Amino acid sequence: MARARAVIASPASSRRGQARADVRDEAGPAQAGLWSRPRRHLLDLDDFSPEEIRELMRNADGMREVLSRNVRKTPALRGKTIITLFFEPSTRTRVSFEQAGKVLGADVINVNASASSVAKGESLLNTLRTLQAMKIDVLVMRHPHSGAPYFAARHLDAAVVNAGDGTHAHPTQALLDLYTIERHLGGVAGRKVAIIGDILYSRVARSNLLGLTKMGAQVTVCGPPTLLPAGFKPGESVPEGHPYEGVMVAQGIDEALEGADAVMVLRIQRERQDAGHLPSLREYSRVYGLNSGRLKLAKPGALVMHPGPMNEGIEISPDVAHGDQAVIEEQVSNGVAVRMAVLYTLGAGVRRGR
Amino acid sequence: MPGKLILSADEIRRALARIAHEVLERNAGVDGVALVGIASRGVHIAARLARAIERVEDRTVEVGALDPRLYRDDPETAAAHPVVPTEIDFDVEGRPVVLVDDVLYTGRTIRAAMDALIDLGRPSSIQLAVLVDRGHRELPIRADYVGKNVPTSRDEEIRVLLREVDGEDAVVLIRHARGEGGA
Repeated sequence: MARARAVIASPASSRRGQARADVRDEAGPAQAGLWSRPRRHLLDLDDFSPEEIRELMRNADGMREVLSRNVRKTPALRGKTIITLFFEPSTRTRVSFEQAGKVLGADVINVNASASSVAKGESLLNTLRTLQAMKIDVLVMRHPHSGAPYFAARHLDAAVVNAGDGTHAHPTQALLDLYTIERHLGGVAGRKVAIIGDILYSRVARSNLLGLTKMGAQVTVCGPPTLLPAGFKPGESVPEGHPYEGVMVAQGIDEALEGADAVMVLRIQRERQDAGHLPSLREYSRVYGLNSGRLKLAKPGALVMHPGPMNEGIEISPDVAHGDQAVIEEQVSNGVAVRMAVLYTLGAGVRRGR
Repeated sequence: MPGKLILSADEIRRALARIAHEVLERNAGVDGVALVGIASRGVHIAARLARAIERVEDRTVEVGALDPRLYRDDPETAAAHPVVPTEIDFDVEGRPVVLVDDVLYTGRTIRAAMDALIDLGRPSSIQLAVLVDRGHRELPIRADYVGKNVPTSRDEEIRVLLREVDGEDAVVLIRHARGEGGA
């Protein structure tokens, strides 16, 4: 926890002063939009305002329409170079960013760190310097260490998008989750959202807690006490002054599911068992797994969400994972639209050689 | 609203009625003709134009909405506003399409809109209808149908107000002090 907070003082905020007044419309001088003070990076949602998040979602609506066309290609980021630099295995997130960039017309280069000079012992700083020398516009980065994208943002001219850093943040996942909830429930404010699973080590949970509370959702979390962050006490809400202030911590999954509009099930990572956080996966499944019986406690038609990849039969039963209420595949397709919105707003504003 | 009134509500209505007739005359009817409004105010003007044509011809006209933002040549400023979903529920292939916008200025929006439209199919022709042409073209683009030509300086702003978004209909010319918000 302490480590995650330490890196939250984001370099993005210090660079936001660069107003750009030359917004022009056919009708003459236009009102400057929210993004006319360009944001350089997306590292986490902590320094995003609700208005900025709403703008990104509106943008995602436009991007969804582009994705529904026969010819999925626009010239919006033509001539821009996006590098996806992944130090951890990933299929959906990397492919999602790659497709998002390509539909917008950018050149997307995928670097898999295990097959790059990183494997030969190159330091992160030197890898970043090498990429910098190639004049890239956007770096999409996943790294096992919390805070690594902040380090990259300090050393690169390019826009940096955090695609998951350690146990800290996964902001585009949170944005696509918010977007999926908004599309189905008509809004996020006032909706009751239950998050079930490993809250302590989940970057998905952390970014979602920030995004959901920022947008006015009522969030209840539930998980094994060994996998709850400091300050989270079952049966109480998270105290004032805590970064996740106001989040309710349920005493059991039944309490968390009661009346929920949406249920987010987190992936349980098998290595947690090896580390002694979990007695056994079978017990986890029995106490915290989402099955059709438990789902009845939530509101009728409540959304079932999962960031993937799923351990079917452990944190979620197969009939629920593929049932009528699951929006898990839609989360994936919304992810492309949301990442297009992110790449467009960050990538278009970046001028080379600055 | 400070500024000089260029078109009143009645004048806007008459201008659109005239353009409706011109579109009919030029295309010898509305067979296959589709209207596509450019986001955001062009969409409302296209809808009104369609209703005006329908009143004359007693048949429906297909109307769509297009956001050319992703096709603009100034992405670093275009990205300051979100992209609005394009809604064209018909095939543009092989038919005349009339693009509709509120103000024609540099012509860059229209260039982007034509590229965006052609990505959806190959219209047999693309025509352009605008409520106001204020001059200062930067590209070789002209309108086929113009509500009113308004000579302007670059310091001035043409503001089009529409019932659907602004609660009233009017076109107003606003003069900005030099350097303040100029394009």
